[in-house]
Amino acid sequence: METMKVQNVTPNDLPWKIRYDASRCTLCGSCVSACSFRAIECKVERRRLIFSESDIPEPKARFSAVPVIRQVRSIKNYCRGCGICEKVCPNDAIRPERNPDTRHPIVMRCLAGDSIKRGGRKNLESTQRTLDKIRVGRISQMTDPSLDAQRHTFDLLAPFGRILPPEKLPLGTSPEGLLQFQENTPPVRWIYPVIIGDMSIGALSWRMWEAVAMAVAYLNEECGLPVRMCSGEGGVPVRLLKSRYLKYMILQIASGHFGWNRIAKAMPHMVEDPAGILIKIGQGAKPGDGGLLQAQKVAEHIQAIRGVPKADLLSPPNHQGLYSIEESVQKMFLSFNAAFKFRVPVAIKVAASATSVSVFNNLVRDPYNIVGGFFLDGIDGGTGAAHEVSLDHTGHPIVSKLRDCYLAAVAQGRQGQIPLWAAGGLGKTGDLAADAFKMICLGANGVFTGKLILQMAGCVGNDMGRCNACNTGLCPVGITTQEPPLVHRLDPERVAQNIVNYFLAMDTELKKLMAPIGNSSLPVGRSDALVATDRAVADKLQIQYVC
Amino acid sequence: MCRIGAIKSLDYVHPSMALQLMQSQQKGHDNSGFAMVMHDLGGIFENYKHLPTLSMAATDEGVKIAEDILHRAGFQRVMQWVPETDPQPGLDINAMPNYVFETFDYPKHLRNAEQTEKEELLLDMRLALRRALEPNEEGFVYSFWPDVVTLKEIGDPRDIGTYFRLWEPDDRFTARVITAQCRQNTNYDIVRYAAHPFHLQGYTALANGENTFYLKNVEFQRKLHRGYIGFESDSQCFLYTLHYVHRQLGWPLRYYKHVITPLPFEEIEQREDKEQLKAIRQSLAHLEINGPNTIIGVLPDHTMFTCCDAKKLRPVVVGRDEKTVVISSEVCGINEILPHRNWEEDIYPHEREIVAIDNSLEVQRWRQ
Ligand code: SF4
Ligand code: SF4
Repeated sequence: METMKVQNVTPNDLPWKIRYDASRCTLCGSCVSACSFRAIECKVERRRLIFSESDIPEPKARFSAVPVIRQVRSIKNYCRGCGICEKVCPNDAIRPERNPDTRHPIVMRCLAGDSIKRGGRKNLESTQRTLDKIRVGRISQMTDPSLDAQRHTFDLLAPFGRILPPEKLPLGTSPEGLLQFQENTPPVRWIYPVIIGDMSIGALSWRMWEAVAMAVAYLNEECGLPVRMCSGEGGVPVRLLKSRYLKYMILQIASGHFGWNRIAKAMPHMVEDPAGILIKIGQGAKPGDGGLLQAQKVAEHIQAIRGVPKADLLSPPNHQGLYSIEESVQKMFLSFNAAFKFRVPVAIKVAASATSVSVFNNLVRDPYNIVGGFFLDGIDGGTGAAHEVSLDHTGHPIVSKLRDCYLAAVAQGRQGQIPLWAAGGLGKTGDLAADAFKMICLGANGVFTGKLILQMAGCVGNDMGRCNACNTGLCPVGITTQEPPLVHRLDPERVAQNIVNYFLAMDTELKKLMAPIGNSSLPVGRSDALVATDRAVADKLQIQYVC
Repeated sequence: MCRIGAIKSLDYVHPSMALQLMQSQQKGHDNSGFAMVMHDLGGIFENYKHLPTLSMAATDEGVKIAEDILHRAGFQRVMQWVPETDPQPGLDINAMPNYVFETFDYPKHLRNAEQTEKEELLLDMRLALRRALEPNEEGFVYSFWPDVVTLKEIGDPRDIGTYFRLWEPDDRFTARVITAQCRQNTNYDIVRYAAHPFHLQGYTALANGENTFYLKNVEFQRKLHRGYIGFESDSQCFLYTLHYVHRQLGWPLRYYKHVITPLPFEEIEQREDKEQLKAIRQSLAHLEINGPNTIIGVLPDHTMFTCCDAKKLRPVVVGRDEKTVVISSEVCGINEILPHRNWEEDIYPHEREIVAIDNSLEVQRWRQ
């Protein structure tokens, strides 16, 4: 017997175990070639078969070499449970199985001497979500009739841009008794209340990014839904910057300032203004931690767009040189407003945390009237790559933070002046309309979502630790990779179609929720329309408790 | 669903006309109360149009508290009218011991002051009176304003009329503008303040309907102006918005409807004034009302108007003869008091218009 090496990694140490049924396997090789993580391999096993050929048992042994599929025992090429092998196997001979006895968190750190990194999802098992403890409870009847979702018209639009308090509107009255502007006001765009959240062109594959852009153009031009998408950090292809589709894009600047060189250079050639600028300060899924684009994903076109060499690209957690809210307001907002000659709204994105309300309060007092939106991002969302410890253990849930911000605005009588946009695990259960609606009733003007968009595209990852390999550049479905063979797995037309269809369905569902409470415009702040089945949630959010 | 009505006339008319207007719409209310505001007063108030009149229902103690406060502030009573009541047994009315209609002269140092200074003081006085009387329910102060009188009571409108002897016309208690409501109490405790019409600094509003955006409205209005208090009824918000848009922002009346029931964005985009309309819609999003409503309002210059919600879920009709224009929830009310009018000229206001009647009874229809 060989010396036992119990320290060696075996499938039982890994988060997923491969269940393989050799009797069903035709050895077509599909699974091995499909596994982008190289987590399974072909191997030849030595088998011993006892048989007898005579009338009375006369056991003989025959040794044969049998080709089989086997799980790789490595912490580099470990199985992510993505299930692509199962998808491609014609005979149901192979599948990953969750290993409840995994030692992965320990083994991985022990062997690699490095912190675990992965795609952005909170994988700590969470309890029931707050949003699921809230229901739409005020149903109009008789004296205050519900509307007909199919027949009545609804105004599903949300503002993006600085809203002046009424007494500051520079309006005068003409001799005919009509109001007229005497000065310009800050730019405000009325857009669909669900924005496609910031996912960078480096994080996503070019096909995926194109598919999202295509879906957005289609939603705007064919379906009449003014959906906007945020570019994410890392720039935009020059062709798009110079095209008329730019008007659907919110350009993001984050702490790495990646891609802004090109954007600045393209400005004189822009035929349309972008939909807005988003200054990203923090991200909810890993607050206080910067973005992480590992070298594997920095393909040639990403190097060109971002203006960087092929190397790990780490966005610092904060904007170097900006340490106070006042300073950010002055420097960032003024310069971006000025860059686009005050025609483009500029908003800010921060991670939900104990300080979000103070930041919001500060911005609400902004004397220049240039903060065009407050994007608040909570835990439970996230698509990018980060250290697992940040993903799992930092951050604030979004619901109560958003509510706190809204109520802070109410206390000052300044609600709506800086539109509130919120995200972080919205649509996690698949029902974005319900989540968005509840957030709007709690005070959001609109919501943004990223992870769900990936899921619309066919992402197989989930919050239970399946896949989450967006950081590796080996996304098995071609969404978050720049490897050409993997990217080609993604059918951009289908992805665009899925996104468009999902938005159309969601649009109907939003109306189906607005109708019973008798609202034809978005019920921003209508917390009276909600009830909570949990006393603590009701108290915290100041909504009615029902049991 | 309440029933509402309003009369504007070239001649002074007696509240019996308003009672008749409302009584014929009996099916539309539940006899839980009646209230009215009279502007442009005749009869015994005619010579005191420039001086503020206090309308209040109070206990003896309440009257004393209120009068003391006003005297301390330098107001001097110049006239007092106590309606003769007819407390027959069996009347369904929840009467207060005293109904006070007293006209005061301004404090000496203010007599030559700017109009706005007086107006602010009148509001502060009314708020102070209300605050002082509220804790023990010693009294309810409905209005303290020149040329305006308010009466509200809980009970059957017919019996309220009988109690105050309002069924028999006389020429002592008259006005050119009378707005009235018969209540249907659904959402709120029956408190006197909850009855429409509501009055603030010369503005009166009353409504038939619901305000789905009540919470949004209230949360916003509370911070807008010190006079925006109470919120005993979800329709009170309409008055405050009217006051805010017309008085505080100084916008023409036609923009009121753009605030409370803004045009859909699609329609705004078609308009020449889209920039103004969008600015209004976004800055005043929290004053929007989203629910079935008909509103009747009166401005300080006695202009009377009506408008409805954008889906026109609550009825309203405007009828007229040479001397009188009547707005009513139901046409049967107008038939009762203007039986000989040409009913073909009746106006059923559109969901996107304001119908306004000026002091020469000219009717204007503004498309939103
Ligand atoms: S589940 Fe995915 S990672 Fe695991 S073996 Fe199958 S294809 Fe490879
Ligand atoms: S995007 Fe790709 S790599 Fe990331 S979780 Fe989804 S399928 Fe896996």
